[in-house]
Amino acid sequence: MNAILTKALYTLISLFVITNYGLLLGGTMARVRAKVQGRIGQPVWQPYLDILKNNFKRTGIYHGVMFYLGPVFRLAGGLGTYLFIPAVYGSAVFSNFSFSGDLLLVMYFIFFGQLGMALGAGQSGHPYSPLGVSRGLAQMTAFEVPFALAVIAVASQHQTLSITELVAAQQGGILNWVAFTNPLAMIAGMISFLGMTMGNPFSVVIAPQEIPIGPPTEMQSSFLGMLQTNRAIFQGAKLVLFMNLFFGGATNIVSMVVKTFLIYLYTVVVGASFPRFRTDQSIRFFLGVPTLIGIAAVVIQML
Amino acid sequence: MSDMQDMEKTESEEQIARIAAEMRLANDGLSDQDKAYFCDARPQAVEPYRGIMEKFANWARSQSLWILGFGTGCGAIELRPLMTSRFDMYRYGIQPRPTPRQSSVFVIGGYASVKTVKRIVRSYEQMQGPKFVLGLGSCTVNGGMYWDSYNTINRIDYYIPVDVYITGCMPRPEALLAGFNRLKQMIREGRCEGMNTYAENFDWYKANQKQIIKDWNMPDYNW
Repeated sequence: MNAILTKALYTLISLFVITNYGLLLGGTMARVRAKVQGRIGQPVWQPYLDILKNNFKRTGIYHGVMFYLGPVFRLAGGLGTYLFIPAVYGSAVFSNFSFSGDLLLVMYFIFFGQLGMALGAGQSGHPYSPLGVSRGLAQMTAFEVPFALAVIAVASQHQTLSITELVAAQQGGILNWVAFTNPLAMIAGMISFLGMTMGNPFSVVIAPQEIPIGPPTEMQSSFLGMLQTNRAIFQGAKLVLFMNLFFGGATNIVSMVVKTFLIYLYTVVVGASFPRFRTDQSIRFFLGVPTLIGIAAVVIQML
Repeated sequence: MSDMQDMEKTESEEQIARIAAEMRLANDGLSDQDKAYFCDARPQAVEPYRGIMEKFANWARSQSLWILGFGTGCGAIELRPLMTSRFDMYRYGIQPRPTPRQSSVFVIGGYASVKTVKRIVRSYEQMQGPKFVLGLGSCTVNGGMYWDSYNTINRIDYYIPVDVYITGCMPRPEALLAGFNRLKQMIREGRCEGMNTYAENFDWYKANQKQIIKDWNMPDYNW
């Protein structure tokens, strides 16, 4: 019984830390982007204010049960992704619920939130919401291909589908990281990560100038507050996952912060340098060179 | 005795039903088929929280102002420079938002033609409260250079409640930023209750709107 309570407490601490880290990271990167454009930019704590503001709205329009459940599914997707990834290797508090085969579950959870959101957005009755969802799902299906190939390459390299074991296999020096032992898988994975974060070349799904704001067009007030909170958790979870897969994981919280910060910075640098793809262009892009690199990584492992 | 009670009860039920029917919106502008798709409830004033809770909420609201990205007149041209690196409105917590559902500030950009007022009303009513309106340019105060125009309204606050006016033709982006800071100050002081003003004086606003918008083919309140 005590063990369960301790685990519950650790989970809450872990969630609290990743939520705040995700929010602060989002604020910091908005500021980095502003510097690139020669602006001062929003305060680092702006994401907190936006969430508070949205939760303090006095009215909210709802469109039915599925509309309520959409953000809940999205949050479940974010929490599910994070809770099965060990954030800090060997730490009791941040090891979460990692178990053998969790890599497959995490890949499923990354997709799950978007599907839940599709149901909620569909019931809002706004024509732009399903349009945004279909664009999001199309792009997601495309970047899943190089990502899945990278994961297959890494899993076959270390003969395991457990993220903890993958991290364990990469310990003992920088040259043991998958980034160096299997660079092709890392390149395919990191290109698909650009699509996963929906940063600039692949930001057409949630771009305000295209179809207004995509799937959450009708989401307002506390619905939007919930989605924004999930965004921070989900972003943190994806950063931790890629750190674990390709960059040797982290053995303490400082190295976790440094590595995830740099991985995020890479997407921001790419986003600041390249213009936005249309959906069909981004699908062609992901199914082209990144997929070939992923296939090459798998083939080299199989040889 | 029980008959009397029954009679009284039916009368009071009828009274409640009659009052409830009067509280419903007629939605006369819609066809019978379309009426089923729209809500006919009136907007209700919402009591603010009490004490420190409302002050905290107002502080958060003032630090995160999302502008509805709808340029209603020529003044909207002054909104664009605000996003650029020269004026950088993001540092004040102000950012544009493409959908009325998520925005909290509506900037009426200069003159509003009758055709635009219809869209202004639709968009304003779709925004979720608390919502704030900023009248940009002299045209929103008294019509400005369009005061005797046949298709332009003179005072925007006859149609929706306005919190802050920024006069000038055109006001510079600096003036707009000053207006935003004034709005923030007023929100923090709890003086921006336009959403409740609109709900409490709903009939007056609606009568004014219907007086100028002749082709009223939308619901009486756009939920």
